Order: sequence, then structure tokens, then C-alpha cells
Amino acid sequence: MNTKASTAKFWISEAPIDIAHLQRELEAAGVGAVVCFEGRVRDHNEGRPVDSLTYQAYGELAEAEGQRILEEARARFAIERVVCLHRVGELAVGEVAVWAGVSAGHRAAAFDACRYVIDEVKARVPIWKREHYRQGASEWLHPDSAGPK
Amino acid sequence: MNYRLLYFASLCDAAGRAEEIVASEAADVRALYSELAERHGFTFAPERLRVAVNGAFTDWDHCLADNDEVVFLPPVSGG
Repeated sequence: MNTKASTAKFWISEAPIDIAHLQRELEAAGVGAVVCFEGRVRDHNEGRPVDSLTYQAYGELAEAEGQRILEEARARFAIERVVCLHRVGELAVGEVAVWAGVSAGHRAAAFDACRYVIDEVKARVPIWKREHYRQGASEWLHPDSAGPK
Repeated sequence: MNYRLLYFASLCDAAGRAEEIVASEAADVRALYSELAERHGFTFAPERLRVAVNGAFTDWDHCLADNDEVVFLPPVSGG
């Protein structure tokens, strides 16, 4: 049985994230720890009230780069499974924009790998967010470097 | 040569389109960006962008071939 192919999966999705489905992807008999990260749409950014976000992805390259990051996590940390899904399209305040989950034999590797995945996804995957402000304006964010963690 | 350009985020706004076919004499991606930046008013310096050709990241000296798909990627902001 080829289990390697199913141990690291990255998706871009227009549909809301089915967290229970993603959690099932992390199951394996040797798992003793699961760590997940949810990135949610916040109602403010840098002092400006935000009503909603639009995410856009260069789909083909985003999925390839996301998959590369998950494979890197598997190579660097003693983990069992790793999955990550990023939304595109219009998202309201409170919605989950990105979900990353890692399962491992022990918690240290799960925490470290999860942190690695979300940090690398934010820095490298070609996805952009447009903030729609309560005052009516909107703008794409193109940060010079990674913002607050 | 003809190149297929895809534009994302603020470059899409500046170009006023998500994609276009461009006839150009530019031989590499740096020359092509210079030409398009002037045409569409792109303000990003090349150092702030990444570039992809035919779906893979590459560098600014990449030599282009007819019908290549070229994407200039502004700083990302996912998550």
C-alpha cells in the first residue's frame, strides 16, 4: 500500500473549510499528538476596521508551492501526516481563511512542524488578500516582509 | 514573439485585466517586465517581485520562448 502519497496534502478551495474532514486526514495508528492552526478573518488590521477579505491565488503554482512546503515539513520533522487548506474568494469576519494540521508521535514535532507550515505558507505561497474597509475603500496587501506572527 | 501574461492582485488592477497576449521583442523576463511596467504603470521594482514561467518559479534572466506563460508575482499576503 502506498501511504506516502496521502500523508501530505495542500489544497486551495473556494468552499468553506470542512475542518472535521481535514482532521480525519491526520489519523494514523502511530499518532500521539495533533496540532492545528486556524487563521481567521479579523475585523481590523493596522488600526482600520475590516468588513471582509477577498483572497486570490495563482492556483497552479500555489498548490505546487504549498505541496512543496508540506514535503519539506515531512523531511524536517518526525511527523505522520500534514495537511493545509487555504480559501480563496470572499470571506466574512470570523471565517477560517487557512487551516494547517499536523499529526505526529509526540507533541514537540507536531508543534514545530505546524509552525513551520503556516509561516512558510504565508511567506511563499502565491496568494493575496484584499481588505474591504468599513469606510468603503479596499486594497490589496503587499507586505515588504512577514508581518506580526 | 507572443507571451501570455497573467496578472494578480494589484498588478491585475493596474493592468485592468487578468490576462493578455503580448507581442514583444523582449528576450528575457527582466526586459518583458520593464516593457509592461511602462505600458501599465506598474510601480513595483523587480526586486520586490517574483517571476514564474509556465507555472514554475524562475529568475529574472530566464530566456523566454514563443507562447510562454509569464507571471510577475507581487509580495504575497495569504494566511
